[in-house]
Amino acid sequence: MPFYVAPEQVMKDRAEYAQKGIARGRSLVATTYDGGVLIVAENPSRSLHKISEIYDRIAFGGVGKYNEYDQLRVAGVRHADTKGFAFSREDVDARSLANLYAQYLGTVFTHELKPMEVEILVAELSDDGGPDQLYHIAYEGTITDEEHFAVLGGDAETIAARVAEAWQDGWDLGTALRAAVAALGGPDRSLDPSDLEVAALSRNNGRRTFHRIVEEELVELLAPPAATRARGSTTKRAARSEPSSPPSDPGTTAD
Amino acid sequence: MPLPLFSPADDPGPDFASVLRRSGIPLVPSDPERVLTVRHATTVVALRFADGVVMAGDRRATEGNAIAHRAMDKVFAADRWSAVAIAGAAGPAVEMVRLFQVQLEHYEKVEGVSLSLEGKANQLAQMVRQHLPMAMQGLGVVPLFAGYDLRRATGRIFTYDLTGGHYEETDFQATGSGGRDARTTVKLGYREGMTRAEAVELAIESLWEAADEDSGTGGPDLVRGIYPLVAVVDPEGYRQADESEVAARFATLIERKRRERAGSTPGGGEAQ
Repeated sequence: MPFYVAPEQVMKDRAEYAQKGIARGRSLVATTYDGGVLIVAENPSRSLHKISEIYDRIAFGGVGKYNEYDQLRVAGVRHADTKGFAFSREDVDARSLANLYAQYLGTVFTHELKPMEVEILVAELSDDGGPDQLYHIAYEGTITDEEHFAVLGGDAETIAARVAEAWQDGWDLGTALRAAVAALGGPDRSLDPSDLEVAALSRNNGRRTFHRIVEEELVELLAPPAATRARGSTTKRAARSEPSSPPSDPGTTAD
Repeated sequence: MPLPLFSPADDPGPDFASVLRRSGIPLVPSDPERVLTVRHATTVVALRFADGVVMAGDRRATEGNAIAHRAMDKVFAADRWSAVAIAGAAGPAVEMVRLFQVQLEHYEKVEGVSLSLEGKANQLAQMVRQHLPMAMQGLGVVPLFAGYDLRRATGRIFTYDLTGGHYEETDFQATGSGGRDARTTVKLGYREGMTRAEAVELAIESLWEAADEDSGTGGPDLVRGIYPLVAVVDPEGYRQADESEVAARFATLIERKRRERAGSTPGGGEAQ
């Protein structure tokens, strides 16, 4: 073991470690549509969520290691509820929460032994007709204010290219959902409703805009107006490789 | 405001009040130096009907003999499936409801599932119990909690005392300074399996009778157009009855009272 390791090398190793961890999990796509923000994740679990409600108009999405992003999710709920209680519900915004996440992830990346193997999304539905916000925060604390859509996860670049190709301004929920699912699956796989976790921040959902799209509603929305998805689903079981956590790291909940 | 992260051993779980304490945000003060003049007196009533519960409350807040506020809300949605009404010192009561509302939503978001109706009632009992030192100083809060139990598919009502004791009522309950009069009215008119309309009507009549007997309870304010709040919790969730519906029911009730009076005292036809 060498006595001196160059800082560049340390950072490079950590980044590589985090990227590897994130790449093991499956991806998530968020996009705006005419009625709000849609978030779609590939997730076979019905109870260990990747997408969650933070506050009235704010949603959270996480990919990578479940226990790590879930810890961040709960901290986000606590932060938002505390802020809304101390001040007013209107004063809770995604930007400040996204900044806190970025600072925390950045600190962990440089100061802790092990970086967090997560990428997170903070989405906010605008209430004054302005654009909806999608903040994408990477494992080392880089924060990106995405326009129109965001892709998180190992295969983000390829999936983002597919979403960009299909993207239309002001598309409806069904079209956006089918495009997001197609992008997540790629040309070789087709995803069943049971492989998906879908939620939306929907403008016509009252005060709490977060809404999980499940069961019949999901099946209905996935059914295309003109049938385009008829491929079987035999190959995709084999393609499933959601996180078996790194052996060096105990205490991970499987997702 | 920092990101509230805790070590697993120190984690407050889904308890929002505990998160607040750790964040250094003061809850309702627990040791007042002296008893203040506070807003008091109320009538709130809850009763079960076939599909759920109806909850209603007057709008008057008083400070001693003076009317402090004419349009106060005393009936609140605790969450989608339950309602809470308050009687007692207004300041701490409203604050308690605010904390209770956030607590229920907080639990639901952190845990991913809603508390059971019984769990919600117990939560509220803990808050009332923590408030006991204030109650001893004369700033008591006595809530009334009602909701639709999704698991049992029925409406349920819980009453509280100052010490945080809580008791489930079978059919109806009223609390506040005019609670006794309201309760008697509901008792006389109550039947098992009433419709929503009948239950709303009975709740309104009970508030009318309470306002008739109790100076701390406000009746319908026809001049300003301020009417008691009526809420219904049924399988579709919490909804407040339209003010126009409440106004129309009061108008009918007043007309009926006037007719009854005209019938019983020959020649008299004046409103009470």
